[in-house]
Amino acid sequence: MSRKSTIVAHFDIPYFRYLDPQGIAEQDVPAFAKDEKTVQAIYRMMMLTRMFDKKAIALQRTGKLGTYPSTLGQEGISVGIGAAMAQDDVLCPYYREYGAQFWRGVKMEEILLYWGGDERGSDFANNPYDFPICVPIASQTLHAVGVASAMKYKKESRAVVTAIGDGGTSRGDFYEAMNVAGAWELPVVFVINNNQWAISVPLKEQTKAQTLAQKAIAAGLEGIQVDGNDVIAVKDAVEQALSKARSGKGATVIEALTYRMGDHTTADDASRYRSIDELKENEKNDPIVRLRSYMHNANMWDATKEAALIDELTNEINAAVERYENTAAPLPESMFDYLYATLPKAYEQQREALKKGGAS
Amino acid sequence: MSAITLIEAVTQALAHELEHDKSVVVFGEDVGGNGGVFRATEGLQKRFGKDRVRDTPLAENMIAGLAIGMASQGLKPVAEIQFMDFICAGIDQILSHASRLRNRTRGRLTCPMVIRAPSGGGIRAPEHHSDSMEALFAQIPGLRVVIPSSPSRAYGLLLAAIRDPDPVIFMEPKRIYRMVKEIVPDNGEALPLDVCFVLREGKDITLVTWGAMVHETLMVADKLAANGIEAEVIDVATAKPLDFETILQSVEKTGRCVIIQEANPTCSLSSDIAALLAEHALTSLMAPIKRVTGFDTVMPLYRLEKLFIPSEKRILDAVNQVLEYA
Repeated sequence: MSRKSTIVAHFDIPYFRYLDPQGIAEQDVPAFAKDEKTVQAIYRMMMLTRMFDKKAIALQRTGKLGTYPSTLGQEGISVGIGAAMAQDDVLCPYYREYGAQFWRGVKMEEILLYWGGDERGSDFANNPYDFPICVPIASQTLHAVGVASAMKYKKESRAVVTAIGDGGTSRGDFYEAMNVAGAWELPVVFVINNNQWAISVPLKEQTKAQTLAQKAIAAGLEGIQVDGNDVIAVKDAVEQALSKARSGKGATVIEALTYRMGDHTTADDASRYRSIDELKENEKNDPIVRLRSYMHNANMWDATKEAALIDELTNEINAAVERYENTAAPLPESMFDYLYATLPKAYEQQREALKKGGAS
Repeated sequence: MSAITLIEAVTQALAHELEHDKSVVVFGEDVGGNGGVFRATEGLQKRFGKDRVRDTPLAENMIAGLAIGMASQGLKPVAEIQFMDFICAGIDQILSHASRLRNRTRGRLTCPMVIRAPSGGGIRAPEHHSDSMEALFAQIPGLRVVIPSSPSRAYGLLLAAIRDPDPVIFMEPKRIYRMVKEIVPDNGEALPLDVCFVLREGKDITLVTWGAMVHETLMVADKLAANGIEAEVIDVATAKPLDFETILQSVEKTGRCVIIQEANPTCSLSSDIAALLAEHALTSLMAPIKRVTGFDTVMPLYRLEKLFIPSEKRILDAVNQVLEYA
């Protein structure tokens, strides 16, 4: 049988990186990466995120925090996202995006309250429109297209970033979100944190696709890869995608390649399913070490500054932990108080009974 | 002013809200140029534009998630799910997010959205087009489940649902979309949510029902009246939260109660009403509560669907048993 074909898309996925694992620039870096204050702010937030992460795990191990998913090794992506966004953009995160959240003003004690079993942790004081941490995998990508639709409807020059893991790209929500983002030309940026593992399932068992970025092609979107351990490349890529989104040119899918250096959560033990050799190999790509080397080479950083920063961040984190630990438990009846704008009469008795501590 | 059907009352309510509130947007599969497969959105895209009345790609979970995102930013999305049965693909978004966004964020983000869907059987539709799923949604904290049973209640309750600050599942009984006509003034007056409507007062027995079954129940009440029996007929209208007070007051007066629903009986709205009556009205009851329902079977394809949906005869038989109980 003879057949005809039409070339409808070129199948090549661009890959962006400025800094190699040793922090050496492979090409001329963007202007922001030459600005000492900007780079130091980015480095500071990456360090804050890592030190916070370590503290959170310690709190969990000592019974002071519930199950906690670490972001160890992914600071380049989350801080890169945060640093690229405008404050009035909206973030629809998954659960390893603390760096982006902190950059946007989410407080450390809010994140601790959330994983410490308190809904008030998602009542961000400084982020009126950002979505809370999303546990049902990939479902946040659909909120992102809804938020982007609202922005487009109101003719605002704002955009949305949604973050997702590599496992999440197997879910229908992700495909459905990309599809409508394409069909409606929505101002949204999808950032895939490809950390190679979805709990215990490695990427090669997750999909036959050679890259996750290419999943964008079928939705008519641009899909690119970026070295997720190069925060300069992540910020640059997200910034460009946001600027494209805000100017009405539609959505982008960014696959940021990294490695989950920790367990899936504190309830997981990655040594059950992956080798220590693999972990050691990937630790060579640590995004913080990379940026620090770059800063040293560019004379933006030294050991004195490093020591001072660690002191400063330790105090900041300890103060946040103290505020978390000093937050009294919510009132029992508060579980009724945000169900509806006004509690329906049907549930008043249950609330009163709970308040009095008796049975209904 | 001419009389309109239930589906026309839905259109009238949508048009009223689109006209008076720029934050209202209507979307779903085929709701644009086609006006919806049942014509609920007939003419609305032409009148209000493609930005406000919009066809979506075919993905119900996406429709629900899209509505949540829009609602969180201050819009009032009214999404249509083409048939209630197809909402299953969107349950994750409704259960995990729409119903609890306010609670999760302590009121920072809210979800003033409506999902409308034609519900129930009786129109000889294909497979997966005829289920009654109110109990599934009535289980979910944070939702409202509203079911109109007449053109005027469809208009007034839909206005209320759109204006409500929380998510509403609006189940339209498609069997009665075009069954009766009423004069429904387009005055923008909403009916209250969270309350039952007493459609007919009576002292001898309480008949509790909702949606399409209101019609068979009212006909049974007529027949009873011809025999001198005064049945009180209550249209539940809001399945969640339930206005049990109105039902309780009626049963305290009549001492007898039959609950009629099209849905399967197990863990259903009728189970809940019966349980609440057992808890609160035991001393008033002069006979066991009786339920007339669909069966604990899959909704059959249409050759048998009339046997699934409670008939006037099945209702009347149950009523007679309750009335005859010593």
